[in-house]
Amino acid sequence: MRSGHTREIAVAGAIVVLALVMAAVAPGYFSPANLRDLFLANLPVLLVAIGMTLVIVAGEIDISVGSVFAICAVVAGVLAKAGMPVWLAGAAACLLGALFGSINGALVAYAGIPSIVVTLATMVALRDGLRWTTEGAWVQDLPRAFQWLGLTQAEYPFVAASLTAVLTIVFAWGLRHVAAGRAVYATGSNPDAARLAGLDTAAVKCAVFAIVGTLTGLAAVLNAVRFNQIPSNAGIGLEMKVIAAVVVGGASVAGGRGGVPGTVLGVLLLAAIGPALTFLGISAHWERAIQGAIILVAIAADGIRISAGGRARAHVKAAAA
Amino acid sequence: MPPALLSASSITKSFEGVSALRHVSFELHAGEVHAIVGENGAGKSTLIKIMTGAEQPDAGRLTVAGRDVPHMTPALARARGIAAIYQQPSLFPDLSVAENVALTLETGGIWRRVRWSERRRRARALLEEVGSTVDPARLAGSLSMPEQQLVEIAKAVGADAKVVIMDEPTASLMDDEVERLFAVIRLLRAQGCGVVYISHRLEEVLAMSDRITVLRDGETVATHAKETLDRPALIQAMVGRTLKETKPRTPVATGDMALELRHLSNRELGLSDVSISVRRGEVLGIAGLVGSGRTELAETVFGLVPSDGGEVLVGGVPVRIGSPLEAIQLGIGYVPEDRRRHGVMLEMSIAENTSLASLGAVSSRGLIDRAAERRLAESHVERLRIKAPSVSTDVGALSGGNQQKVALARWLSIEPGILMLDEPTQGVDVGAKAEIHALIHELAERGLAIVMISSDLPEVLSMSDRIAVMHAGTVSGVLDRSEATQDRIMALALERPAG
Repeated sequence: MRSGHTREIAVAGAIVVLALVMAAVAPGYFSPANLRDLFLANLPVLLVAIGMTLVIVAGEIDISVGSVFAICAVVAGVLAKAGMPVWLAGAAACLLGALFGSINGALVAYAGIPSIVVTLATMVALRDGLRWTTEGAWVQDLPRAFQWLGLTQAEYPFVAASLTAVLTIVFAWGLRHVAAGRAVYATGSNPDAARLAGLDTAAVKCAVFAIVGTLTGLAAVLNAVRFNQIPSNAGIGLEMKVIAAVVVGGASVAGGRGGVPGTVLGVLLLAAIGPALTFLGISAHWERAIQGAIILVAIAADGIRISAGGRARAHVKAAAA
Repeated sequence: MPPALLSASSITKSFEGVSALRHVSFELHAGEVHAIVGENGAGKSTLIKIMTGAEQPDAGRLTVAGRDVPHMTPALARARGIAAIYQQPSLFPDLSVAENVALTLETGGIWRRVRWSERRRRARALLEEVGSTVDPARLAGSLSMPEQQLVEIAKAVGADAKVVIMDEPTASLMDDEVERLFAVIRLLRAQGCGVVYISHRLEEVLAMSDRITVLRDGETVATHAKETLDRPALIQAMVGRTLKETKPRTPVATGDMALELRHLSNRELGLSDVSISVRRGEVLGIAGLVGSGRTELAETVFGLVPSDGGEVLVGGVPVRIGSPLEAIQLGIGYVPEDRRRHGVMLEMSIAENTSLASLGAVSSRGLIDRAAERRLAESHVERLRIKAPSVSTDVGALSGGNQQKVALARWLSIEPGILMLDEPTQGVDVGAKAEIHALIHELAERGLAIVMISSDLPEVLSMSDRIAVMHAGTVSGVLDRSEATQDRIMALALERPAG
């Protein structure tokens, strides 16, 4: 699970190359305003991506994060408008995210339904439920205390960044050094063997979905406070962006492999590319195409490894027969 | 005399350097039922695969009706009239019986028009021929096992198969269904087909076949006319190899009762009334054929599928084991069969694999102490002589024998009182096998109670103090090492249930 850090090095190298190209061609890319925008817009993506890393390492996937993100943002806004302190509204959004995540997790772990099916269903159901409830209306006239979490525009980036950094470090370190983190890797790597080793793999699966839900709730709040209104169609396509970042960062969709450092680099690379295109005068329409190409490269690198392993296994099977 | 329908001469085949068949010869004539018998791993399946083109032999000659077939393929085998029917019928469950039959029999372009009435008529005619009244419009998946088997035979008949190979066809059949199958086999024989019949049920083999070929350790022992054999002689031929020189275990004074099962049952896994016991310092071998319930017994004791009747006593105290974690807490370790699927995590390092069941021992307040983890792994690497560059090496990079030792290391790390080993030397090379044997003895001498499941009879005989033989989900007999012989074990393993 840590055979070298080739993927992290490759992604970091790509980021450096991109930065060098931008420095040479479009120095305006590094203007403080642009970097600040980039940074604040991607903190929430990173939070969700960390949760997604756990889910993918455990051998599952969650494509409902975009819908959970939208609901949590809207609920936080509505509660704040009703006079609830922003901290409490934020906590409520996290709890709601945890609840949705736990429902996904329970359906996967205890009902035994594949996670792609469960979260596809919750993705559609939650999104349309929200659309039906809000009738497409945005949450507007948010109280001043909601904006920037009630902080000044200068204080907010520091607080948001610190919070994200702490969570990133906690999860990065915890996955490596806490027994529960090891259980996530073992579950994704070989669920049968993990069960035999006395691990409660169902609880592990349930927990990773609850975690990604909670982090999605927090991300939704950190994103919502940047604007003075909350669109009910927030977070569309978020799942793709997040899964892409995790996969680019070296996690294996087959489970058992991946980590927070790789995911941080993956988020950074994907975040940097979009605006870079604008600065280079390339149509923004290319952004998704290029992101897609990067994902394909990452998965191809993974696929070559997996099929090589598959061949080895096939040989063993033949020998056993 | 006309040439043999099918003849394999001096077939040799090895997988990854492990020899599966050595100079095996086999001949099938028209109008004969020719049985192939042998222990697990004797090479029966490999021989069938070669005769049906699923595997290519390394050396040897295959002729069909007197004509050389240098490169047999599944399609060619079918074209030459060879059909195989396996224990698990391989029908398409979501297609109708008529479609299943048509898939093998109909020829023509992929855009041809399908004549449904013709399809059904043909399927019905073929089914009638083999004595089946199944409606061709039914989905194959809705048929019972024997019904599916008859459809398979109907397919073979429809394809004008001259050679019908049946691999354990009666394994899932009831007595009257077996009778019906036999009637079909007699019919095939009367029509001049040759039938290759593979079965563990020696009574059936003796009742049905004209000739019997015995395979042992990948070699042909002999081909006998049925009249010259009886059951004891057949068993003798199957197991009668000279014992390989694994040093016989010197019995040690055994201690207190470690594990006792009283009338244990598990309906879900097909176990009933299993009563065995094992003392500290004792090796209890569990023998039996594949499917006799050995692995299921270990899974029940380990709490993977909890028992639904009977008692389990650990150290004389009645316990209820509802999950692997509870088993581990009682000091029971289980090294499962098929280490790649159930044993080791290939993407994780030796250290991480070793500590997985004993993370508590290398952690303080929930945090893993990496240094302690490495020390734990290093001590096992040294003791088990695991060959690896370091304990950070991924287990996927190790050889089979070393992977098995890592699986063992995980369970030794919990310092178990009872260790269950399922096929501990399956697929490992001779050297590693001897090392693992020595290690098992050493563990027993240190006071562990060892339950060793194995299909390898010499291994069971040389390693065990006592041997429990399983058959059809229960223990058909327990033999002391002084009274155990290969013949007696085989006789118990092959015992037909009363009635």
